[in-house]
Amino acid sequence: MVDVLVVGSGGAGLSAALNAKYEGCEVLVLSKTHPTHSQTSQAQAGINAVINDQNDSVDCHIQDTLKSAHKLGNETIIKDVCQNAKDTITWLDEIAVPFSRNEHNQIAQRQMGGSTNKRACYSSDYTGLKIIHTLYDNCLKQDIQFLNEYILLNIIVENNEAKGVIALDITTGVIKEILAKKIILASGGYGGLYTGHTTNSYATTGEVINIAFNAGCKLSNMEFVQFHPTTLINSNVLVSESARGEGGYLVTCDGVRFVDELRPRDEVARAISKKLQNREKVYLDLRHLGLEKINEAMPQERRLAYEFLGIKIEEELLPINPAAHYTMGGIQTNEAALTNIENLYACGECAQHGIHGANRLGGNSLLEIIAFGKIAGEHAAKEAKKSMNPSVISNQLEINKSECENLYDYPNEINFYEIKHELGRILFEKVGLFRNEEDLSAALEKIELWQEQYTKMGIGDKSKCYNKNLVEFIEFKHMLELSNIIVNCALNRKESRGAHFRNDFPKENEKYAKQTIAYEINQEFQLEFEDVV
Amino acid sequence: MTVKVHRFNEEKQINTIEKFEVKKENSTVLDTLIDIKEQQDSSLTFRCGCSSGVCGSCAVRVNGVEKLACKTNINENDLIEPLKYVKVIKDLVVDLAFEKEVLTRPKAYIQKYKEEEITPKDEKLIDRQSNCILCQSCYSSCPVFEVNKDFLGPYSLSRVLRYVNDKKEHEEKEKIDLIQTNGIWDCTLCGNCTIVCPQFIDPKTDIMNLRMKSLKYGYTDPNAMSFGGGMDFGFNPNGF
Repeated sequence: MVDVLVVGSGGAGLSAALNAKYEGCEVLVLSKTHPTHSQTSQAQAGINAVINDQNDSVDCHIQDTLKSAHKLGNETIIKDVCQNAKDTITWLDEIAVPFSRNEHNQIAQRQMGGSTNKRACYSSDYTGLKIIHTLYDNCLKQDIQFLNEYILLNIIVENNEAKGVIALDITTGVIKEILAKKIILASGGYGGLYTGHTTNSYATTGEVINIAFNAGCKLSNMEFVQFHPTTLINSNVLVSESARGEGGYLVTCDGVRFVDELRPRDEVARAISKKLQNREKVYLDLRHLGLEKINEAMPQERRLAYEFLGIKIEEELLPINPAAHYTMGGIQTNEAALTNIENLYACGECAQHGIHGANRLGGNSLLEIIAFGKIAGEHAAKEAKKSMNPSVISNQLEINKSECENLYDYPNEINFYEIKHELGRILFEKVGLFRNEEDLSAALEKIELWQEQYTKMGIGDKSKCYNKNLVEFIEFKHMLELSNIIVNCALNRKESRGAHFRNDFPKENEKYAKQTIAYEINQEFQLEFEDVV
Repeated sequence: MTVKVHRFNEEKQINTIEKFEVKKENSTVLDTLIDIKEQQDSSLTFRCGCSSGVCGSCAVRVNGVEKLACKTNINENDLIEPLKYVKVIKDLVVDLAFEKEVLTRPKAYIQKYKEEEITPKDEKLIDRQSNCILCQSCYSSCPVFEVNKDFLGPYSLSRVLRYVNDKKEHEEKEKIDLIQTNGIWDCTLCGNCTIVCPQFIDPKTDIMNLRMKSLKYGYTDPNAMSFGGGMDFGFNPNGF
């Protein structure tokens, strides 16, 4: 039994864990990967905050965020996060995140698409990496306990109260029950569903979101998936927005620019996608920036381009394509990061906090994970102190054990890895940058077929110890179920808004200026629109 | 194309080099491993994450040299093995439990914050070291672990320097105290760690810097007094 259990060890999870620990609580972090292996390490460009009122204003940050959210952003929450952004940066700076400095010895800031000012604080183009490692170092300092390489199987909910979780220790194959007064989900998004067309980590498979849904959580805005405009062709390795923020151009093979590079990501990605659909290649042109500027502002990008494509960005054009990058939807929370289930919080990309709405601004996701990690961690810790130890009546542990045991006996007639790639391709083609009723319905039909076929799939590795095959098979079930929810949400929103673009309904429709809510009642799927409050 | 993988499974009593025929050429070690797992043997076990060289999960040895599988091209007859000096859990997955210990023992974190003006130059001083992805490559390449299992190892010491050199840290002296035993003086300065680091960190130079700082704090090189104490003149048991 612990006071606060955090599920996930990326930026949101570690921010939550640290802040709960500062409140004097016993904290346990349960994570599918090792903490520093999390996807936060991939965030490059920066974290938004107005830290100098002379050049920028908090109001501009709020307005930019609201504008990008296309009326699906929660103004109260956005105001709160933007107003506290400077404190968020100060905290990170004081726990020793090595932010880059400008010539006045202030934290340096760079321009990001959709922002009216240079607002993203950064550490060269390793912002996420340096943040996650600094958070991890601080967790070690605070002696926070970790259960690494455990995959969540279930959340124990009785009478709408979360009491603990069931998780599989990947290393030993043992399934355990862990009870906690408060549980914080911080497991990342679901961009990994777009296998083969995503910048996301192989670990970002969204199972915790689906488990939360099955446990009774409301999911919100699941149809909103952000596609990053610039990833290396084929490998989908992210080329950070800082490349355009620092002055890079997007060009066709004849060197002609075709879009304002600093428009929001959805617009830029669609413009690129149209070119690619016409079989024109699209390139990022950084040559005019010069080697010195490139080495200073985007050393990682220079290295990645060379390592993955053998291209020197200071001399050559860099071929790119868009890929699924960030998921705006997630577990619905209130301003304290609480879900609709008591004792259960969600923060970071797995949650829908009302900040990004229909499209996320570059630099706002790192801000969100740190800010909401803190909100969730502090709130959970304060409440945990007033709470009794949970007592569990149901026998969820035995149910999960026998379910897991059964997976070993599935016939393995269909290779689920092949279906996983097929799912990624279908999602990218039909539930991607451009959508329509026919495509979405066809995708749904496929997904439903695969869900029926799941029992014909299976695992070839029958061992207990570190069975990654089993872990991936469990993930895959959730990937299918989550995909089903996403497509249903996308079908239901008969308009275009932000990242959700419907060819058959190409205009924003005031009627849909509401958030999508998906949930279950008595195992019946429910979908409705709710006002953004 | 043939590739060889060191398989290990305690449960099934497997500890052998297995050959696989793979079609894919011009692909990475990681893509090849994934391809084998998905098409030939789903029990093949390895870690992977970002596939862009920044999460640090996929380090293995390719023909004896530590590499990130996601950033290394595969070649005919390549031998892929797990990292050294750590317990193998299964196939290419190694136990990372020791990481916490080697980072906490020398307090490789900020102990007490002090407000200081940070210049771009100050920040540059710790830039390289703070790019560490904890992939464990340097640890696996370090010959000191042959003889001293308690050695802090390269990434731990580079991380210590990152905090010692951080102007925000008020307690840098204690870190210097904590790296005297099984720390900086145990390094042979062979430079393997520097060669294998995928992030171009130079733990060898970092360790030499920490030695200089230690001398300033009044510590002496324990090897200097002993016979054949030329360890810090670049003696290299591997002959690199």
